[in-house]
This record gives sequence, C-alpha cells and structure tokens, in this order.
Amino acid sequence: MRHSRLPALITLVVIVFLFAPLVVLITNSFNASRFGGEWEGFTWNWYEKLWEAEEVWESLWITLKIAVSASLAAMILGTLAAYALHRFRSWLQDVHSLLITLPLVMPDILMGMSLLALFVLTGVETGLLTIWIAHVTFCLSFVTMVVLGRLQDFDFTLIDAARDLGATRVQAVKKILLPLLLPGVLAGGLLAFTLSIDDYVITFFVSGPGTTTLPLRVASMMKTSRSLPVINALSTLLIASTFILAALSFRLQRRA
Amino acid sequence: MSTDRQRSKQWLLTLPSLAWLAVFFVIPAVLVIVTAFRPADLHGGVGAGWTMATVHEVSDPAYVPILWRTVWFSGVTTLVCLALALPMAFQMARVGPRMRQVLLLLVVIPFLSNFLIRIFAWKSLLHPEGPLTRLLVWLHFISEDAMLLNNAGTVLLVLIYTQLPFAILPLYAAAEKFDFSLLDAARDLGAGPWRSFSKVFVPGVRRGLVSAAVMVFVCSLGQYVIPQMVGGASDEMLGSKIAQRVFSDRNLPHASALAAGLMLAVLVPMLIVAVWQRFGRKEAAS
Repeated sequence: MRHSRLPALITLVVIVFLFAPLVVLITNSFNASRFGGEWEGFTWNWYEKLWEAEEVWESLWITLKIAVSASLAAMILGTLAAYALHRFRSWLQDVHSLLITLPLVMPDILMGMSLLALFVLTGVETGLLTIWIAHVTFCLSFVTMVVLGRLQDFDFTLIDAARDLGATRVQAVKKILLPLLLPGVLAGGLLAFTLSIDDYVITFFVSGPGTTTLPLRVASMMKTSRSLPVINALSTLLIASTFILAALSFRLQRRA
Repeated sequence: MSTDRQRSKQWLLTLPSLAWLAVFFVIPAVLVIVTAFRPADLHGGVGAGWTMATVHEVSDPAYVPILWRTVWFSGVTTLVCLALALPMAFQMARVGPRMRQVLLLLVVIPFLSNFLIRIFAWKSLLHPEGPLTRLLVWLHFISEDAMLLNNAGTVLLVLIYTQLPFAILPLYAAAEKFDFSLLDAARDLGAGPWRSFSKVFVPGVRRGLVSAAVMVFVCSLGQYVIPQMVGGASDEMLGSKIAQRVFSDRNLPHASALAAGLMLAVLVPMLIVAVWQRFGRKEAAS
C-alpha cells in the first residue's frame, strides 16, 4: 500500500526553510551589491576587507583560545562524570544526573545572569577567566551526554577479559577502555568546541571590557551598517568550518 | 573490591563535575534569587541589607503585557515547531540509513551554525533592499513601503527558525525507536494515513514529543537577542527586560528579580513533566 507523500513534502520544505537564509547569505558574500537585492557581479572585495579587519582576527584568536581550553576541561570533567553516571547507581548519582541535565534546559540568559551575579558578588573581575569558566560550565553537560551515549554501547566484559589475561587495572583502562571510548570523547569535545565558538548570550554577560570574542565582535559589527557585507564573508567562512566540524564529528561518532 | 573502596572510587569520579556544577551552576542560581531581595547600589553592584522594594517593582502591572507576549510567542513557536518536526521525524525514521545520515547532517548544520549569523541571515533576507522584499513587490504581493522586518511576525518566524532543530532532534530520536509495523497493522485494520499517523505514531513518540515541546518552549521563554535584532519596539520579551536592566540600567537586583521569575516559569513546567513521566512509568509497570 502506498503511503502519503505529505511527510516527505514537509521534510523538503523544512530543509529549504533551514537553508534558504544561509544560501542567500553565502551568495551575497560574493555579490558586489551592498544589500544583495540584485546580483551586481562577482567580487572578492568583501573577503579582502575581512582580511584587513584586524580586530576580527584578534577576536578570533581569543575565541579559539577559550574554545580549545574550555573544551579540553569539559572533556576531562565530562568523561569522568559520564563514567560515574554509567558505573554507579546511588542517591549520589541521582543528584549528579540532575545537576548534569539541568544546564541543558536552562535558558542561556539565566545562566549568563546567574554567573554574572556570582562574579559581581564575589568581586571577580570579568574577562578571559570568567568567560572560560562559563564555557566549561555549559559544555560539561553536553560532553557528558555524548560520552554517556557511547558508554551505553561499550562492552564491559572486554575489561574483565583483559583483567583475566593479567592486565592491571591501569593497563585495562589505558589499553582497552580509553582507546575504545576516545571517538566518543573527541566527538563530545568537538561539540563543546562548536558550542563555545558559537556562544553569544552567556559570553555577553560574563565578558569584561577588554575581551571580545568573535560572536561579540559580529554583534557589534551588525550595529554599524558599514561592515554588513564583511559579515557575509565572515559568516560564509564560519558556516564552511561548521560544515567540516560537523562532518568530522559524524564520522567519529559512527566509527565503532 | 570492598564496598569502602567502591564508595571512595565513586566519590573520586563524581566529585570533579559535581563540585564544578555546584559552584558555577547551583550557587549562582541561588544567588540570583537572593539578589532579588537586595538593594541596588549606584555603581551597578549590589548594596548592603535587604529589601522587598524590587519584588514590589517587578509585580507592577506594566509587566503583564510583556509576560503575556513572552508566553504567547513561546507557545506559538512550540506549536509550529512540533507541527513541522513531527512529519519530518516520521519521514527521517522511514528512509534508508544513508539518507537518514544525510538528513540528520542537514538538520545539524544550520543548528550548529552561529546563532547570530542565522539571525543576521534573516535580517539581510528580509531587508527592505533585500531579495525577498524585491521579489514580493515585483509579484505585487506587498506594497513598495511594506516592512518585512521589525514586527511580531518576524520575531515569530526567526524564533521558529532557530528553535526548529530542538524539536526535530528529540522527535527523530523517538521516531527511530518506533515500531513502524504498527502503522501497517493500523492500515490493515482500515485506518487511513491521517488516522494512523495521529492515533498510532503520535502516541508512540509521546516521550520525544514532550521533551521537544519542553525544550522549545523553555528556550523560547528566555530569548532576547531575536526580538532585539528583528523585532520592533513593541515586541520585547521578558529576556529583553532582563538584559536591559543589567546593561542599560545597571540594576542587578531588578534584573535578578525578573530572572528569578523566569527561572520559576522554567522549572515549574519541567517539574510537571518530570512528575508526569515518573507517574506514567509506574502506571506502565503496574
């Protein structure tokens, strides 16, 4: 019996809806017209302007520093958390699991607001350190979830087998558990990295006057219409890197 | 291994993340509620002593329209997202594994692309000089001076756009586990496509539906960047007010009072869902 074509049609419409603005943006980054209303010829002009915009590269550097260090910290904390959640059943893990899940559903503005309250009341100056703390906090839960999903498929009899064959506990973890778990940990780390690079709302709350990450820079560029086509060029590069990272993360998660 | 060692091992593994979240998640959330009862100082900080003044200010009837708009925007966004995501999840679960991966990647890429950039993309698409306005004017659908930007419709459109993946992903996860032979059974028993979809598939992915709805609704409640970027002056949401109190008025206690209200609005629906799911599980077990 044939089934309805409606779901397929809706899927197609949704995909078009999701990509239409991105396609327009990418096209406009090569358009000589300032507002992109009409095609006025191909140009690399906006990319050249972007190349000369030193403040953009400066904030990209800050963003990368934070993203790398925050995702590394989140990978370590998240992997330990996932292991504990998977291995033990107790009231402690009930509390632990609640604490891990809540940040996933907490709206960004509340997390930013409450971290700001903490830093103001304890007198910690906002800047690189406070942004890093905030990023580790919201990345932690995501890494834990990815690694936990991985652990659920992990065959723990492999560890027992290694122990039976005379491996020490440390050897079993180092030679069996970690290598098999590594793709999951890396996929979690990549997700954390992407989330950290992307975050605007929380960073806006906890950043100091001297530290401008890339999203903060983009937001301030959006306010001055002079740099609009340059944002198109920057966005195109960012979307391209997202595509590569997402594809990479997919490969990592699929490999058994 | 003795239970003592087992216990200390458990604590050792749990403590790092537990302590981190206690210090940087739980304590800050409690501080927001506490700060609502503290006076503001002139330098944007928090003064000494305690006061109920802020709580009274926040209960002002002037906030009712903003609160109502926040709930209304979030509600519509949730409904539209679910209406689009349900058939899409259905479709994604039915296609072959290779096509499934492609579709999943197509959903994830816009989701992972920078949030600001996606809003910016809509801004340039709907710009008065932009391609969509020109097309619609050329087709005589809208007049020359019509504004596609800066109205409630634009806010809703971009809200739906940014929240849609939050609905698709959990629904897809649920649809993937759904037993599609049940649909064939329903067909054999004479149910039409719409009837078997609404009476068999939708209840079958109930759990995914609930988590998608909560996710989209809760995330929408806290939005302020979207109304600020593509909305007009009369499209402010509760989040806009919180950001305004922090950054323009430098009044942290006032912002905290609003944030505490939002926090309750977020936690209450989630608590209801948690209780409902636990209750549902017991019901299923008995």
